[in-house]
Amino acid sequence: MNLLEVRNLRVAYGAIEALKGISLEVREGEILTLIGGNGAGKTTTLRTISGLLKPVAGDILFQGDSLLKYRPHEIVQKGIIHVPEGRRVFARMTVQENLEMGAYVRSDKDGIAEDMEKVFTLFPRLKERRNQLAGTLSGGEQQMLAIGRALMSRPRVLLMDEPSMGLAPVLVEEIFDTIRELNQKQGLTILLVEQNAHMALQIAHRGYVIETGRIRLHGTAKELSTNPEVQKAYLGG
Amino acid sequence: MVSARTARWRVRLRHLSGTDVALWLIGALLLAMVLIGSYKSLQAGRYTTRQWLDFIIFGLAQGGVYALIALGYTMVYGVLQMINFAHGEVFMSGPFTAYFVARALDKAGYFDSYPILSLAIVFVVAMAVSTFVAVVLELVAYRPLRGAPRLVPLITAIGASFFLQYTFRGLYGSGVKAYPDIELLQGTWSLGPVVIQKTLVVVFIAAIVLLVGLYLFVQHTKIGKGIRAVAEDQQAAALMGVNVDRMVSMTFAVGGAGAGAAGVLYALIFKQVHFFMGFIPGIKAFTAAVLGGIGNIPGAMLGGLFLGVFESLGPSLFLEGLGVPAPYQLKDAIAFTMLVLVLIFRPTGILGERIAKRA
Repeated sequence: MNLLEVRNLRVAYGAIEALKGISLEVREGEILTLIGGNGAGKTTTLRTISGLLKPVAGDILFQGDSLLKYRPHEIVQKGIIHVPEGRRVFARMTVQENLEMGAYVRSDKDGIAEDMEKVFTLFPRLKERRNQLAGTLSGGEQQMLAIGRALMSRPRVLLMDEPSMGLAPVLVEEIFDTIRELNQKQGLTILLVEQNAHMALQIAHRGYVIETGRIRLHGTAKELSTNPEVQKAYLGG
Repeated sequence: MVSARTARWRVRLRHLSGTDVALWLIGALLLAMVLIGSYKSLQAGRYTTRQWLDFIIFGLAQGGVYALIALGYTMVYGVLQMINFAHGEVFMSGPFTAYFVARALDKAGYFDSYPILSLAIVFVVAMAVSTFVAVVLELVAYRPLRGAPRLVPLITAIGASFFLQYTFRGLYGSGVKAYPDIELLQGTWSLGPVVIQKTLVVVFIAAIVLLVGLYLFVQHTKIGKGIRAVAEDQQAAALMGVNVDRMVSMTFAVGGAGAGAAGVLYALIFKQVHFFMGFIPGIKAFTAAVLGGIGNIPGAMLGGLFLGVFESLGPSLFLEGLGVPAPYQLKDAIAFTMLVLVLIFRPTGILGERIAKRA
């Protein structure tokens, strides 16, 4: 079943068209990856889904309901949460306050406390630093916090924009393991945008290749990683 | 070996321009004037310890009022990166409206029979009116300009300031209205050798209580956290499900409530209200906000108190010692000289940005 569906989406920044008609579907319970180079339109796609950008044409459906009529905070209420590029944690708030911000749309105190414990189990390092300002965390810890913060909203769909950006390979490994775990153990549906196609295709079920605002290819992760074109352009082989 | 420190100084010296030198000289000159003036005044011994204490207590009370107004400037700046120059009028609207309530209560004799309750009513009315004016101001004058170049809302703010001044002048007239005297706050208290005016003490304590209350609200409530998140990163806040427009309204509401309360305290000290009363305290509070580090809430409080005391002590402390005739007329000049000095030498203010924005 398609949980989230993007239909013929066109988005422009002024006169420059960043997305020239993109269609994709995210199925319930899968990790879908969107790979492509710099400026291909990956981030634009995510920002449009979460309501930060308004499309010129096309539609975005969540469980059959068009999201275009909602504002960003209403889209979060629907269960779609976006971990933005560059993490964007609240540097002047503590780790715990950041996590509380993730649960902003919820009011069930017990559930929030329970989920915070879950996040701390997932990332024990955040627990050690719960009263520290987020701005003092390392890049890897900030990425963990950004993911933990998103989980606090109890999302149906997690949109992730370049979680590997600027992290050491060991940390990238760790973050990707976590993403896989979230999908396998909690059945969380994930739309993962990555430049690191190699890593993304290892954990994803299916993928789309995006180039200058258009979908170039799509298929299962296996098909894509054995496709000569993808290998040449994105996998360095 | 030259240490890193000396090396850095050498680089700085090489890049020193004529303007920099001139500015530092002016700064040094002003500092010398303050020091020499203070020394001479203290040598002359024209004022007794008690009088100095009076200046300080008056300064603290006045500074508390500045701090409460400054809170609104600094919070709005934090959230929208704009200076709401109509904030002085938000400050005026509350106590000016509440004056009529105060007069009615006074005529009915309630100020004598139920002084605390009556005062509470005046506060509530003033805070409600100022909050309302602030929220409507944002909705009508600033929200449609979100995303416009920064100069545009600034000009609008100045326009809104005039609009509000003359609207209230039209509503309530251009005369100066005298706030009723409250029996309870008349007279003095003596603590051993120290004799202090009741009004000033009450104003100072009320200001501190309100400041702490508003600060705790911003630090610990859900709305307060939403405001802080929007101030730090509007988009990230929206992505966490925060309704950004609502938080901007709440910011104006908190600032308006602070300004309305400050207005009543101001009226208790100076006993009068009029349609133009917001102008000078408004700019003073803006100075206080810049002094403390614009966007920083504790900074605004500190800046307000410091400015209040500095302004109250300054004329007798260092201007009189320098032989300036009529030093009290220069009270405002002291405040604005300080604004200019802060902008030149430490644009980030006392508590300006200590944490780097993002890694």
